[in-house]
Amino acid sequence: MHAADAQLDHHFDDIHQQREAAGLGMWLFLAQEVMFFGGLFGAYTIYRLLDYAAFQEASHHLDVTIGAVNTAVLIGSSLTMALAVRAGQLGNNRGVSIFVLLTMLLGAVFLGVKGIEYSDKWHHGLIPGLHFTAETVAGRGVELFFVFYFVMTGMHALHMVIGVGLMLWVLRMAAQKRFTPERHAWVENLGLYWHFVDIVWIFLFPLLYLIGRH
Amino acid sequence: MQTDSGVHVSSYGFSFLIFAVLLVLTGVTVGVAYVDLGWINTPLALLIAGVKAGVVLAYFMHLKWSTNLTVLVAIIGLLWFIILVAFTVADYMSRVPVQGWLG
Repeated sequence: MHAADAQLDHHFDDIHQQREAAGLGMWLFLAQEVMFFGGLFGAYTIYRLLDYAAFQEASHHLDVTIGAVNTAVLIGSSLTMALAVRAGQLGNNRGVSIFVLLTMLLGAVFLGVKGIEYSDKWHHGLIPGLHFTAETVAGRGVELFFVFYFVMTGMHALHMVIGVGLMLWVLRMAAQKRFTPERHAWVENLGLYWHFVDIVWIFLFPLLYLIGRH
Repeated sequence: MQTDSGVHVSSYGFSFLIFAVLLVLTGVTVGVAYVDLGWINTPLALLIAGVKAGVVLAYFMHLKWSTNLTVLVAIIGLLWFIILVAFTVADYMSRVPVQGWLG
């Protein structure tokens, strides 16, 4: 048996079809993830159009510097993830481990900063429903903005936590030397997922932090 | 480069270049947010975010080297998102205002 044949499941014609199928399944999953976040972005758009003044006032409670630095951290984690995928494509299991660990580290930094931001919101009385004591000019729309802020960034953070969990699995696979140039769908699809989560943040950052800053 | 099994592999240098482009665009979007461009501010922020997303999709997510079928699925995701938002917004914005809609 040829070495590559051992990497091929019997229900696929060849290694290309096998890889294509794995990637396509992941893209279909991401397409429905777009719809999941799409509902949030759609609702956000409507209330922003209905009450722009409140959204602008609320956005000024967020720290642009922290948001921008965290954006850079997340983009950095996309870079290390891309390099982990590269290592997987080359069958370099050690490289997969190193870059996945770096990605986890950057992901943890992002989530830690997010936690600091959340606790800061608590201290300023900006938690809708539970603890909203901040003085507002534009009325209850400000509180509504923070509903969107917490649900959208919270869902984004949940996706990151799931991603970090999946990375533990990929680390285990790399330790078992499971990735080969023929077969590395796990790390490749983990990469697609992580980059997708990065894209969600790329839109969240300007929509939440940068409203009417001038 | 391509491996023996026909997979496109990006070099370290190329990946770092994409990373740098994304960082620069992040800086640009923060910078222009502080310039008063009237109604253009929001579309411009979304345009920059769209370009960043496009860069991630094409190069980090390898769409540039994917088959047409995969690209089609990605485009369908975008298309359904546009339908979702555009139709819902059109509905809300064409309604007669109701007293006390924000409570």
